[in-house]
Amino acid sequence: MSDTHRAATDGSNQPQAEARDILVVSELSVRSQNKTILEEVSFNVKKGTSLAIVGPNGGGKSTLFRALLNLIPYSGTIKWNDKIRMGYVPQSLVSTDLPISVEEFLRFKCKTDFDTCIKSVGLEKDILRQTLGSLSGGELQRVLIAWAIVDNPTVLLFDEPTSGVDIGAEEPIYDKVNNLKKEAGITLFLISHNMHVVMHYADYVLALNKRVLFFGDRKSLTHSQLLSIIYGNEFALSEEGHYKE
Amino acid sequence: MEMSLLCQRRGIIKSRRFLVSDALTFGLVVGVFVGSTAGYLGSIMVSKHMALVGDALSHVALPGLALGILFNFNPFIGAFAFLAATVIVTWYLQKSTTLSVEAIIGVLFVLALAIGILITPQVDLLEALFGDVSKITLTDTIITVLVSICVIIVTKAIYQKLAVSMISRELATASKINVERINLIYLFLVATIVALGIKEVGTLLVGALVIVPAAAAKNFSSTLSRYCLMSTIFGLASATLGVLLSSYVSLPAGPLVVMVGAAIFIAGVVISAVSKRLKNKEHPQHRYANPNK
Repeated sequence: MSDTHRAATDGSNQPQAEARDILVVSELSVRSQNKTILEEVSFNVKKGTSLAIVGPNGGGKSTLFRALLNLIPYSGTIKWNDKIRMGYVPQSLVSTDLPISVEEFLRFKCKTDFDTCIKSVGLEKDILRQTLGSLSGGELQRVLIAWAIVDNPTVLLFDEPTSGVDIGAEEPIYDKVNNLKKEAGITLFLISHNMHVVMHYADYVLALNKRVLFFGDRKSLTHSQLLSIIYGNEFALSEEGHYKE
Repeated sequence: MEMSLLCQRRGIIKSRRFLVSDALTFGLVVGVFVGSTAGYLGSIMVSKHMALVGDALSHVALPGLALGILFNFNPFIGAFAFLAATVIVTWYLQKSTTLSVEAIIGVLFVLALAIGILITPQVDLLEALFGDVSKITLTDTIITVLVSICVIIVTKAIYQKLAVSMISRELATASKINVERINLIYLFLVATIVALGIKEVGTLLVGALVIVPAAAAKNFSSTLSRYCLMSTIFGLASATLGVLLSSYVSLPAGPLVVMVGAAIFIAGVVISAVSKRLKNKEHPQHRYANPNK
């Protein structure tokens, strides 16, 4: 167990802000209709690193993102330390009622040539002429990823970014994002249920189930340890057995 | 004696003709500006699932209009004051409660309509509800032209932000768009254009100026720029043709403006359905091209 995890479970969970921290979250709590969704969540994120947020359904992962985006009321503090340019890929479906072409949609954010961006998320140039409403779920998700990265953001928030994307197409997208992180020094926040993605692309892990179950260096954990933290020992053992078979 | 009577009669006929043509000109100018501006604004309203909001909002103007008639000031000012107050109350309640815009405006609309009907003098009620082009003055026309130009400029300035916030509130916020402020500005713009259109088509039908052209344009649009343009053109066409028709058949302009708009909408639905059918006949594989859709 890492020091950070110990700190989080001991209750002395006030993260110490460091010069390189791009985000410091302290005692963040979110309540909705008399239900606690997040309780005293604290963590900090260094610039240019990636944080995977994992946890069971209803554990508060998407709520944490909504609080980070200032979309919902919360108590506690969220402090972004730099002048950030944020890219965000939502999990929920976007409204595609407006007859807007992919090109027009991307042009809202970036006036320059975005052919490379479209190709990097595995789409053909022809898609620029189609309307958002005519795209399949996977195509739309890729367009949203292109939207998030087209203007070279400094922070990327990905809420299950590849849900609906074909299995084979997942990795090129994550590779592209990982390259952006390395080359441009962007900070990546990633919600994912895919533990392989988490183990492969994240530097730090925040396991949530209303409260912080774990926060620390991903390298300090094995795949089964992470599963055991989130879902309990029995599930982790059965998953381990499944992989051995 | 006979000669002087004849001259008098000629004078009266001449001045009447002058009045009729003046009213028609004012009605047409107001129609061009209100119709096109409402069409432009409506392109967002219909896609925002707020079509009925535009319609309900228009009825809220009735008490203000009635106060204008009762206390002898420009009814446009009364209508706009009530609309602006409704927009602020709606915006505040939407922010601070879990009620939707539709529900809030729905309640305010019936309340305003009830108060409006109670306080509007019986003789003026029909005119307030359905409008009267012949009552449009030069001052009304000048106000309409200037305010419409301002509404178009502001709408153009916030259109992209509105479109993004309509696609996803989260995406808009992450792109540093203040969604609540943009929504408030937008509702104000709708309120303004509704107030301007009341004299032409009345409080009951003015909502149609915002909704019908945009709904019709959707049948012909595959890009946002085309959608805005078509919606603006349809708004302009229905308002001007409606006013021209009303002077030709001597019927109130309001219902005719709405009927022209509805005819364009129906034609659009038919053309779109036929062209889809033809496309499917030419390329039957289109239907099965993407199983994920």
